[in-house]
Amino acid sequence: MNKIVIVGGGHAAAQLCGALAEAGLGPRVHLVCAEAFLPYQRPPLSKAFLKSPTEALQLQRAESWYAQAGITVHLADPVLAIDRAARRLRLQSGQLLDYEQLVLATGARARRLVQLPATLANVAVLRGAADAAALRDQLGQVQSLVVLGAGFIGLEVAATARALGLAVRVIESAPRLLARSVSAELAEHIEATHRAAGIAFSFGAKVGEAEHDGKILQSLQVDGQRLPVELLLLGIGAEPETALAETAGLALDQGIVIDAAMRSSDPAILAVGDVARFPIAEAWAPPGTRLRLESVQNANDQARTAAATLQGLPASYAALPWFWSEQASMRLQMAGLMPDPSLPGVTRHRRPGANAASFSVLHYVDQRLVCVESVNAPMDHMMSRKLLEAGRHPAPESACDPAVALKSLL
Amino acid sequence: MPDISLIEANGTVHGFEAPDGVSVMQAATGYGVPGILGECGGSAICATCHVIVDDAWIDRLPAPLANELELLECTASERLPGSRLSCQIQLNPALQGLVLRLPERQV
Repeated sequence: MNKIVIVGGGHAAAQLCGALAEAGLGPRVHLVCAEAFLPYQRPPLSKAFLKSPTEALQLQRAESWYAQAGITVHLADPVLAIDRAARRLRLQSGQLLDYEQLVLATGARARRLVQLPATLANVAVLRGAADAAALRDQLGQVQSLVVLGAGFIGLEVAATARALGLAVRVIESAPRLLARSVSAELAEHIEATHRAAGIAFSFGAKVGEAEHDGKILQSLQVDGQRLPVELLLLGIGAEPETALAETAGLALDQGIVIDAAMRSSDPAILAVGDVARFPIAEAWAPPGTRLRLESVQNANDQARTAAATLQGLPASYAALPWFWSEQASMRLQMAGLMPDPSLPGVTRHRRPGANAASFSVLHYVDQRLVCVESVNAPMDHMMSRKLLEAGRHPAPESACDPAVALKSLL
Repeated sequence: MPDISLIEANGTVHGFEAPDGVSVMQAATGYGVPGILGECGGSAICATCHVIVDDAWIDRLPAPLANELELLECTASERLPGSRLSCQIQLNPALQGLVLRLPERQV
């Protein structure tokens, strides 16, 4: 039987299993996970899961579902090598697995800091369930947390730790939080909300030497000052997990290079999710833009495209990028890709929400609406997605008039 | 461990025993009921776990909060009187026999 082998255990892998099972292809599918768990929901790992010691992992699908779908699952068995000529994988267990078509959904791993060896017990990262379980234990044993990096993971964990009563300081080298991800206006609101909750920030920070004995980190030099550390979370981004693809000789460019049908430079191998660098549809970015997105939306929608390609159907990934983050009382939602504010013709406009803690920022390039960021405005976010998907470009005057429902502009 | 029934838009009935303490969305996606997505993992963000609660059960469930009500305005299929986001319905023994219908589309 022609095997489809999926390598990875994240949202993309789970969604692909679902889509292939729905197409009746389950019995051809092997899912190979490096982790010891069936695919689970990752967004709660920085929030509900950290908050409560009794919160369990939420499996995306129960074990019995895989059996019923006829999918063979290999857990805790990382792939060591791909033999492209023989179309064969070698797993850590020693098992050899032939494939007709292979999908790499290997995700991304947390970036580390050179001066902090991986052996330091009180330096944490957060990508998977094992990281989250370790971090949860550690948060229960300390009074303070230092977060390096004011990105989404860092800020979500900072908010959770603060809600647990810890003293929290966030250290960021950029001049503001989420510098690459959200507008300055939204960042200012997020920072003010976190500061009001008691989180301390150091921006434009220079991180120097680390004081440690190889087992425990005692302190970090930040802006020339010694900052004592009980527990440090590294939230300085992620790198695509490309080691396997690199050894196999696939085309790479800070990620596995794929086309709009999710095919890599080897047509028998597809890649999806955080690991893949793809051509984004011209509706959402300037022509020729290739990027890598780390989001649940991108993982799910690319998996759907891959499922079509694997069935021999024409498929071209064109989904609108959208994203969310939950931090303390803030639900942040983004639709579309934020344009570079320094480019000519780029403007942004604020649409008020129901109260001071609720608003949206609409980004335009000339007269075209391209991106909407919302905080505590779920309906405006959903309607923004519909406007963008429908290619509607309402004038900022009407789109930012709180008396006008975005729905009415569709 | 209530027994619940989810009825697909095409009439296919999925009846199963669901664990207490999880949401209807978690139970249904775990079981693999087609036509229910729950892409955000139960954060009431994505409105892709839309269900329509059987008339007899509408008033027996805790009322939706403001956030859920906003999202119910944005579901892919039309909102009906019994419409809920199933990630916001927590299962408990009192829901023995709960009947829910699925809409035509979630996205």
